[in-house]
Amino acid sequence: MDTTIREYQDSWEDEIESKLNEKFSGKIEFTGKETRRVYAKVPRDALFGICKFLRDELSFEHCATVIGIDMKDYMQVVYHIDNYTVYKGECIELTVDVPNDDLHVPSVSSIWGGADWNERETWELFGIVFDGHPKLERLLTPDTYEFYPFRKSYKLRGWQ
Amino acid sequence: MDMSLYPHAVAMSADEFMSWSTAMINDLMSSGTRRTIDKLTGPIWSWSMKNSMHPLHWGLACCALEMAAASAPRFDAERYGMIYRSSPRQTDILLVNGWISKKVRPDIRRLYEEIPNPKWVVAMGECAISGGPWYDSYNTVQGLDQIVPVDVYIPGCPVRPDAMIDGFMLLQKKIDDYFRRGVFLED
Amino acid sequence: MADDDKAAAIKTADSKVVDIAAETAKMDTDKMWIIMGPQHPFSHGLWTLKIQADGEIVTDAEPIVGYLHRGWEKEAENRPYPKIIPMADRLCYAASMTYTHLYCMTVENALGIEVPEKAQYIRVVADEINRLQSHLMWLAAVGTDLGNFTVFLWAMREREYWMDMNVRLCGARMTTNYPRIGGVRNDTPDIFDRDIIRCTERFEKALWDIIGMIDDSSIYVSRMKGTGILTREECANLGITGPALRGTGVDFDLRRDDPYSLYDTLDFDVPVLNAGDSYARYMVRIEEMLQSCKIIKQAMAKIKALGKNAPYRLKVPTNVPAGRHYAKLEDPRGESMMYLVSDGTDKPYRLKVRSPIFVNVSASKELVMGCRIADVPAIMAMIDMCLGETDR
Repeated sequence: MDTTIREYQDSWEDEIESKLNEKFSGKIEFTGKETRRVYAKVPRDALFGICKFLRDELSFEHCATVIGIDMKDYMQVVYHIDNYTVYKGECIELTVDVPNDDLHVPSVSSIWGGADWNERETWELFGIVFDGHPKLERLLTPDTYEFYPFRKSYKLRGWQ
Repeated sequence: MDMSLYPHAVAMSADEFMSWSTAMINDLMSSGTRRTIDKLTGPIWSWSMKNSMHPLHWGLACCALEMAAASAPRFDAERYGMIYRSSPRQTDILLVNGWISKKVRPDIRRLYEEIPNPKWVVAMGECAISGGPWYDSYNTVQGLDQIVPVDVYIPGCPVRPDAMIDGFMLLQKKIDDYFRRGVFLED
Repeated sequence: MADDDKAAAIKTADSKVVDIAAETAKMDTDKMWIIMGPQHPFSHGLWTLKIQADGEIVTDAEPIVGYLHRGWEKEAENRPYPKIIPMADRLCYAASMTYTHLYCMTVENALGIEVPEKAQYIRVVADEINRLQSHLMWLAAVGTDLGNFTVFLWAMREREYWMDMNVRLCGARMTTNYPRIGGVRNDTPDIFDRDIIRCTERFEKALWDIIGMIDDSSIYVSRMKGTGILTREECANLGITGPALRGTGVDFDLRRDDPYSLYDTLDFDVPVLNAGDSYARYMVRIEEMLQSCKIIKQAMAKIKALGKNAPYRLKVPTNVPAGRHYAKLEDPRGESMMYLVSDGTDKPYRLKVRSPIFVNVSASKELVMGCRIADVPAIMAMIDMCLGETDR
């Protein structure tokens, strides 16, 4: 894997899109492109393979965050992955849809250590289970809590 | 006569406190020699106690930075005798300066109970007084007086360091009253 | 020894004879879990660090956070957009204007508006003042951790001058509630550029006194050099950003490489060191403070050039169109990001805050492994944590 640091070029987004498409064609769907940003939608089962490819081949070595979103009919998990070497400053966003009746997503904490606590927090607040996570326990809320606070079905005091 | 609030998990309500303290004062005022001794020595205890208030070195949230600024060169709290101590056994005052989450609630109660008598509690900032901006949170306690009995409330969000020192001067007056009643000799 | 064995052998409830000496020899009783609990003079912020120590050497560590969790993101879903600005202040209370700036940038991205130039430069100045305040608070904490109370007092004294600048600009010392969606709340006052140039020049001289107290002493330097070492790959993989990452050799700064708010028109350097230990992180932050002074001077010159009548605030609609937008910003502690999912109403649907310290604290196990217990405060001070943004 070439780790020389390069300066930004406009063609980077297309380069990344073509490289991902040639390996995972059909599984990955690109929803948008801006300067230094690539947005893609990924099905659950292809997630782990794509993430490993991103880290090993394209040197996206930094997982910034894992975001959980409750869209009432289904849930979404959004990953932001940054690059410091080959595509310096590039950030790719992967969105994964999760159906409400089967809230499981493969965990990427073995690929990026930065995803570890982020996934734990998403589980604790939304209830999305990350398969393969080493320690899926309550992090921010006390251990005795039994509910998932950030779901839309949970209302805070004084709300309608 | 025991002054222990310790077995109760919840702080006394205002009415309870009034009846309890009236009973205590009546008890004290009855004995003549005791009264004379207390009158002579009370001012000494009060002078020493109020000029050496030692709060617990504990920062929770935003108001903690202003507490640190109060001990900094510009607003020097040390000229009032306020030295922050790390161990609760060596302090007089529990200064709570941030919002109280449910996870930290048992720790606050435990710290309060570890501080030896006589002790005081100062609620600094809106979050400690009544929950502050986090009024609809599922994880905050709406006010410190739900857990421990509070002596002085210092409003502000965040509390300016000079306001905090002003609050401590109010506490000095309260300490004065406490000792001039001669309660100290009972311990 | 034979008598002890006989005495130590007991009968358990199901009549099995248990030899205590042999049993305890199998257990790992030499290692002790020490809880540097929520109330601890070295924990800057309300968190617990559990350390497993074998004698003096640390063999395992586990951070426990969550003592300041209030469900910030959930509360934000019930407030109209302008009311979230003072809430964003209280996320990272040491550098509050960076988070409100970030929040306003996110909503402005969602609205698709371009903030006037003068407001962008004022925001740059506010950001850099907050960066200086935050780094000085960190330096004061480093002073108390290493046992140097004078550094604490001098750094707090310098910080007071920068808080005065806050008061000149917006009236409050901390948690100022100054940036607005569409600009800033008010223009810089007349005397502001005179005062801030004075403050910057004073600070650039005074900082060397403070650093001299640490750098000229071989004790403090040897406490920081060689401890808490992380390699470049480990750091990037663990998700660490900011001065800690620049201390391991990764040359990445959002202000220069992914510029926002007209930083690309300003000229400044980004300090990068290769050692990866506590001393490198310390030097990166000191150098960043001096670079901030440089940025402030340039931005103030540009504000002056724009004149008194340039607009500093736009009127924005109350409803934000549906969509997803995010903005990134270089916080004093790393790269922070806010992700907004809006649904066309005047309240956000989901507002997620990515705090740099969240991942930095999760990496505390790798940082303290293998060092002595006495080194732990020195290492943890270098992470510069602000628990308000970790727990949200």
